Amino acid sequence: MKSICFNFEIHQPFRLKRYRFFDIGKDHYYFDDFLNDDIITRVAHNSYIPAAETLLRMIDQNEGRFRCSISISGMALEQCERYVPEFLDLLEKLAKTGCCEFVAQPYAYSLASLSEPEEFARQVKMTCDRLKERFGVKPTVLRNTELIYFDDLAPQIVEMGFKGVLTEGAKHILGWKSPNYIYTAASAPKLKILLRNAKLSDDIAKRFSDTSWPEFPLTADKYMSWIASTPQEEQIINLFLNLETFGEMQPATTGIFQFLEALPRFAMEHGVEFITPSQAVSKIKPVDMLSVMHPISSADEARDTSAWLGNRLQNEAFEKLYSQAERIAKCENRALKEDWTRLQTCDHFFYMSTKRMADGAAHSSFSPYETPFAAFTNYMNVLADFLMRVKEEFPSAVGNEELNSLLLTIANQGAEIEALNKELASMRKNIEQYNIEHKNREEACEKKEEKAPAETKAKKAPAKKKTKNAS
Amino acid sequence: MKALMFGWEFPPHILGGLGTASYGLTRGMWECGDMDITFVIPKPFGDEDKSFARIIGTSQVPVAWRDVNRDYVESRIGNVMDPDLYFKLRDHIYADFNYMRTNDLGCIEFSGKYPSNLLEEINNYSITAGVIARTLDFDIIHSHDWLTYPAGIHAKQVTGKPLVVHVHATEYDRSRGKPNPTVYGIERDGMTHADHIITVSNLTRQTVIDHYGIDPAKVTTVHNAVVPLSQDLLDIEMPRSTKEKVVTFLGRITMQKGPEYFVEAAAKVLRNCKNVRFVMAGSGDMMDKMINLAAERGIADRFHFPGFQKGRQVYEMLKASDVYIMPSVSEPFGISPLEAMQMGVPSIISKQSGCAEILDNVIKTDYWDIDAMADAIHAIISYPALYNQMREDGLAEVAQITWDKAGKKVIDIYNKVLGR
Repeated sequence: MKSICFNFEIHQPFRLKRYRFFDIGKDHYYFDDFLNDDIITRVAHNSYIPAAETLLRMIDQNEGRFRCSISISGMALEQCERYVPEFLDLLEKLAKTGCCEFVAQPYAYSLASLSEPEEFARQVKMTCDRLKERFGVKPTVLRNTELIYFDDLAPQIVEMGFKGVLTEGAKHILGWKSPNYIYTAASAPKLKILLRNAKLSDDIAKRFSDTSWPEFPLTADKYMSWIASTPQEEQIINLFLNLETFGEMQPATTGIFQFLEALPRFAMEHGVEFITPSQAVSKIKPVDMLSVMHPISSADEARDTSAWLGNRLQNEAFEKLYSQAERIAKCENRALKEDWTRLQTCDHFFYMSTKRMADGAAHSSFSPYETPFAAFTNYMNVLADFLMRVKEEFPSAVGNEELNSLLLTIANQGAEIEALNKELASMRKNIEQYNIEHKNREEACEKKEEKAPAETKAKKAPAKKKTKNAS
Repeated sequence: MKALMFGWEFPPHILGGLGTASYGLTRGMWECGDMDITFVIPKPFGDEDKSFARIIGTSQVPVAWRDVNRDYVESRIGNVMDPDLYFKLRDHIYADFNYMRTNDLGCIEFSGKYPSNLLEEINNYSITAGVIARTLDFDIIHSHDWLTYPAGIHAKQVTGKPLVVHVHATEYDRSRGKPNPTVYGIERDGMTHADHIITVSNLTRQTVIDHYGIDPAKVTTVHNAVVPLSQDLLDIEMPRSTKEKVVTFLGRITMQKGPEYFVEAAAKVLRNCKNVRFVMAGSGDMMDKMINLAAERGIADRFHFPGFQKGRQVYEMLKASDVYIMPSVSEPFGISPLEAMQMGVPSIISKQSGCAEILDNVIKTDYWDIDAMADAIHAIISYPALYNQMREDGLAEVAQITWDKAGKKVIDIYNKVLGR
């Protein structure tokens, strides 16, 4: 039996406002609230909300036979909370159906996995906590930012408690292999890998309304027949799409929602099932190990990290950003931490790409900036201000080691004071005890030798007082 | 195909961008093959590059009959004109111009510059054009800029050959919207008589359509290009301070170039970072005003006016710069940012410049947006990654902007006009 594994991604970055260099050190708010509100509200009304409603209907009508998964970044979650909370109610409903699984991902939709494992872990945990809190779900599968994956990441993912990971079925990694199987990670055999079927995913995401495409118009029937006609042994078709494909990239007028809604019916006709990532990981047997030396992703033609780290500008910004990662990790200042998270979103780097042709068009169509240079300049100005704030928090003259010990001292001071207090209290007790004993003994002595040691008494009394004062 | 071109300047004796562009285009067209070009200028010096075009100076074209012998002509103007051509031209004098101030060869003297009696010189140029047009055999007439439009019209009227006018600039750009009516009249006359109009940018094309009332179908944009720099210029070494950055403006200090926006942006930059110097190289009617403005803003110690630069000095100046800036209020094309890019200097240009239409690896701002301009200057001097990225991508980009591509487009226009 063939299965379709759907994953719908929801992400919107906190876009930066225009931040000139003379704002550095004066203005510490970096985000364009108006633009962000505008975009997420538009996308939610065109896409997120009708798409979620469609999914709810599909689950309802097919009595649990339709299943899918959703991943949402912390950035999108925060913005939805603020601007379109009604959408989150729909997601909650979806979670309650039990047919829609939530997949974890880094909170900031960042590139932290490429250079800061600790930050990556922190962000994934943040997302899991938020999902638990808001929707009452616990993800067991991870989708890294833009499906980024590489061998060195696998052991960490396992360590964080995930059973599976979603990534791109990149041709240069697969070679003759098919993405329509489950693989295990070469560097961590416990971890299962689900690979996006790029062709079938992009048929919906990119080509659905393209009239110059020979297969136009795409119907649910035709689409399902393609899936059904894949080789018998291929068991899973991974369709990982941005949720905004439905209604935003492909407007509602193209019939994309009707297409989506009709899929389960034709799937049933062709004997194709739906499956969630965690089910796929536990049910379907892996066929082979997959080794990915260099990071792959779903972005651009190259399917690597060059969409974000492909030129000097991007690399410079990336290095500057993470140069202070260790320090910020130690920091407890909430505002600083929040900005730090938001500045990591990979979109900021995406806007700085200087690629041309088809890739370039994709980059510029999403960018709020006119040119990559403007994107870089604005980001660097913001970063300069942010790093100044970090410096104010922790002076740069203090080395990381020293800072560590200082912070440790500060963190432990409560316990230490308490321990000292206890010690003091017991000392006092001891002294009192000693005094009483002493008194008793003296009294006894006085009785015995009534004449003599008045001197001794006089000597000891001030000594007692001193100890008390000192304490 | 034989083309008769009328121009005003030709390297190496140039006063502005017009000469460079005329030279590049002519050469680019020649590189496309099968072009026989005669280029007419007011006053040749004899050291012009004649490898790809025949150059005729109107100051050697007789408009009044003089009985001179061959040896005399040879000794007088042999360095700039073939005596045979002189006699051929003399056979085609079409009216008696003895009432004009002519010399011993029957020629009118030209300054070849932009003198105060420019209109008279333009008229004389047109008179001699009549002689040339009657003498030579050609298929098409091509006039560069308004100074030569009357000559083009004249040539068209006596031969019936089609006229293409090339708009390198318009009076609208030069005057910030308050054109001199005489100049405007000459320009419009040229455009209406032309069979086709070539503009150097879409910006200029729009000006021609909107302000001169020309049928859009008759106007085509052919963007300018650059001639690759010689190794000698690329190898220039200039002392560079590691502590201080240099931001340079090169060009006429006139209303059209927006120099005051540069001064204002500089003041903004200097308020926040001190390790930068600003240079406004050039001369013009607004220079004194700019010196005053810099003093008023209290930045005169960091804002320098080295005066007009020419030839090699321009490239030395560029080599010593970290940022090139062209805040023109209205620039038909603007070749200088391309030259800066050739020298590896990142450029900031106004969106109101024609070259902004074809350049990617520059920062574009509105000419009035001094905040954006200041921010861009600050970014290039403070973020080395940006400087390097712009420098290298800029070099690669400008190497692709060659005159043969522009020449090909012009030849296509010729063919269209000639119905071939």
